[in-house]
Amino acid sequence: METGQLVAALAAGVQSDRVLFREQDTAPYECDGLTMFKAKPKVVVLPETRDEVCHVLKTCKALGVPVVARGAGTGLSGGALPHADGVLLVMAKFSRILEIDQDARIARVEPGVRNLAISEAVSHLDLYYAPDPSSQIACSIGGNIAENSGGVHCLKYGLTVHNVLSVTVALDDGSIVTVGSDALDSAGYDLLALTIGSEGLLAVVLEVTVRLLPKPEEMRVVMAAFDDVTKAGDSVGNIIAAGIIPAGLEMMDGPAVAAVEDFVKAGYPLDAEALLLCEVDGTKEEVADELARVEAILKESGATMLRVATNEEERLLFWKGRKSAFPAVGRISPDYYCMDGTIPRKHLSLVLRRMREMSERYGLRCANVFHAGDGNLHPLILFDANDPDEVKRAEDFGAEILELSVEVGGTITGEHGVGIEKINEMCVQFSSDELTQFHTVKAAFDPTGILNPGKAVPTLNRCAEFGKMHIHHGQMPHPELERF
Amino acid sequence: MALVETLCTRLAAKEPVSVIGGGTKSFLAGRLKDEPVSMQEHSGIINYEPTELVLTAKSGTTLQEIEACLSDARQMLPFEPPRFGVQSTIGGVMASGLSGPRRMHLGSARDCVLGVRLINGLGQHLKFGGEVMKNVAGYDLSRLSVGAYGTLGILTEISVKVLPIPENEQTQVLECSQAEALATLIRIGRRPYPLSAASWIGGALYIRLSGAANGVESAASAIGGETLKTADLFWSGLRDMTATEFNPAGEWLWRISVAPTTPTNTLDAFCFDWAGGQRWLVTQPDDYSPFELAARLGGHATCFARDRESGTGMQPLESGILRLNQRVKEAMDPHGLINRGRLLEEAH
Repeated sequence: METGQLVAALAAGVQSDRVLFREQDTAPYECDGLTMFKAKPKVVVLPETRDEVCHVLKTCKALGVPVVARGAGTGLSGGALPHADGVLLVMAKFSRILEIDQDARIARVEPGVRNLAISEAVSHLDLYYAPDPSSQIACSIGGNIAENSGGVHCLKYGLTVHNVLSVTVALDDGSIVTVGSDALDSAGYDLLALTIGSEGLLAVVLEVTVRLLPKPEEMRVVMAAFDDVTKAGDSVGNIIAAGIIPAGLEMMDGPAVAAVEDFVKAGYPLDAEALLLCEVDGTKEEVADELARVEAILKESGATMLRVATNEEERLLFWKGRKSAFPAVGRISPDYYCMDGTIPRKHLSLVLRRMREMSERYGLRCANVFHAGDGNLHPLILFDANDPDEVKRAEDFGAEILELSVEVGGTITGEHGVGIEKINEMCVQFSSDELTQFHTVKAAFDPTGILNPGKAVPTLNRCAEFGKMHIHHGQMPHPELERF
Repeated sequence: MALVETLCTRLAAKEPVSVIGGGTKSFLAGRLKDEPVSMQEHSGIINYEPTELVLTAKSGTTLQEIEACLSDARQMLPFEPPRFGVQSTIGGVMASGLSGPRRMHLGSARDCVLGVRLINGLGQHLKFGGEVMKNVAGYDLSRLSVGAYGTLGILTEISVKVLPIPENEQTQVLECSQAEALATLIRIGRRPYPLSAASWIGGALYIRLSGAANGVESAASAIGGETLKTADLFWSGLRDMTATEFNPAGEWLWRISVAPTTPTNTLDAFCFDWAGGQRWLVTQPDDYSPFELAARLGGHATCFARDRESGTGMQPLESGILRLNQRVKEAMDPHGLINRGRLLEEAH
């Protein structure tokens, strides 16, 4: 349809300066945090009221125009990649914290509120919002709902789905419903669980009620170096086997340590093959007790060096290294491509070994950061986007890592979402019947398919073209891993 | 696999199918219209590795077997599902989605589910989620099926997150009114104490603390009250609802789920759990007023009366949500074949 016609229809219910369609105005929105994929939206709308959101949805439904909702645009899977024939619904102006109830320990916020801003707003009450994706300074809670975002503390404190009580959403027809409530569960089906992580394909988030937690009295972090990744991986299992669930448990391999230390000077040992950061939190007494036990286990597991941060400044420095891993890698390579597979932790050393082989085969360097506690791997593939051949190799390398994740019983995405990036790999993880079931659930919410079409769930045709065999769960219950 | 194949075949032939686990929760969410098939023979733990914190079992595996297996490795199901009988199965636990006292602090049955296999209404055996802690590939149909009473699909396999049994536990008892109990919990809820349950019943507040010994002790002394010697007995009585208050002769038992801070004078509960989030009350038979009450308080009510004959006893849904529920049901079971009579029918 003609851009002018669409703009006129949208402007009938949205203040005209909130409807952008000139190329210089829409260009900044051509991609999200995954810059490898770009598309210019036909129109960008920056609504400020619920009525405006609903008008956009009703209009687009009537005209059959795709709508892609976008939060802060920090997503790493291209979930907010615009549709070239569609409207990009930018929710950034819904940025108010509506209510903080310290007794109930909840906050009611609009979707454009930044993740970290919630914790900052309740910090004086000694409360915080637990999920902390590394983009938390910029990412919005609406985007967190779309992706079911995690973070470094989710082994102990859960994902977005465990920390949200309700969301109010606009449906495809512009009607508004609230799923969940201030109670801990709701009548009927758990539509809240279904909505969270649905990547903007089911509804547009208008308001979120999050659960807040009391800030721990104390947090301590211990850094352990290992001369072997297997030993480091085993030490994680040993900590958990001892009945300890640390607040954070992060691992980096040698190349990641080198990149980070050069950038941040966090005091990481450069000769380590693997570095582990383990944080314990709670009351002073709990922390002292747990820390001593963790240190003993790490020593027994063969750590070549152990250091406990002696003060808060040093603790933050240890973490700064880990949290700066992406920009640090960005300094040693023109571009990097971040993967997000999750694997059963026991297969860590096998997966790392296979990735080293791939790295040689594709001729691309790879640095690994790893949410070790929950098995979520973030291999960073280093490449140069100006070299089309390197881009192709980086994509193939990434795809092979994801397929390996599925092969060992894991998943192609732990916390970044499928978006457009991993859409082909969905054909590897799910059978055609399973994908069809996803499509029928989508149609239950959005029968005409205007919300974020083409993302998250591939069509069966696409899978046929992609030509990948689904690794059927029944056929490969326990893959003979060592033969690979 | 015989049972699973039979069920798939029957559904593919558009034959209505009803399933139950051990049948210990048949009094909830409405009577089945069709003679149910028990999933009990589809039993066995498929995979359990303590250091991965994940257990996968066939849906007919008894809760008893799973809990025994976990406790050998000093682990547990974090959400303390109620046990209404030894034949209770993990499939039934997930289909009902009920959680016990620890839910307030370690999450619900739904929170702990990592993946399921289920047979949809077309007789297709499908797998969603998996055996890893973090997994955002595809819609979360595993958690959607928790609490669906089997109406979205027949659960055949379930993967759950498990956790270590706390090293130490101690329960403090503070004699006080229900209102005082709630005020106390609001106050201490903002402190980082290692609470693992908080319930008021019979004129006293019971607070369970779990974790490292010195952390538990220091929190206990800050909270005050008496230390309960028979704590395990008390919490299992609450969890399994064997305490006498939960079995009122000639009256109906109701569960009301509300915001935990809901004032105690708004409903006449004889007990609250989950620091105020789950309240229990009794009414005369055939008195459905708790639905209206719960709706007014922004929550929902479930009738737990065992002698009720008709209706689901579940909170009627508001129209917009009802429509979405019906559409989701149609998406999973387009011909309406599975567990007819349960959940999305008339409340009474």
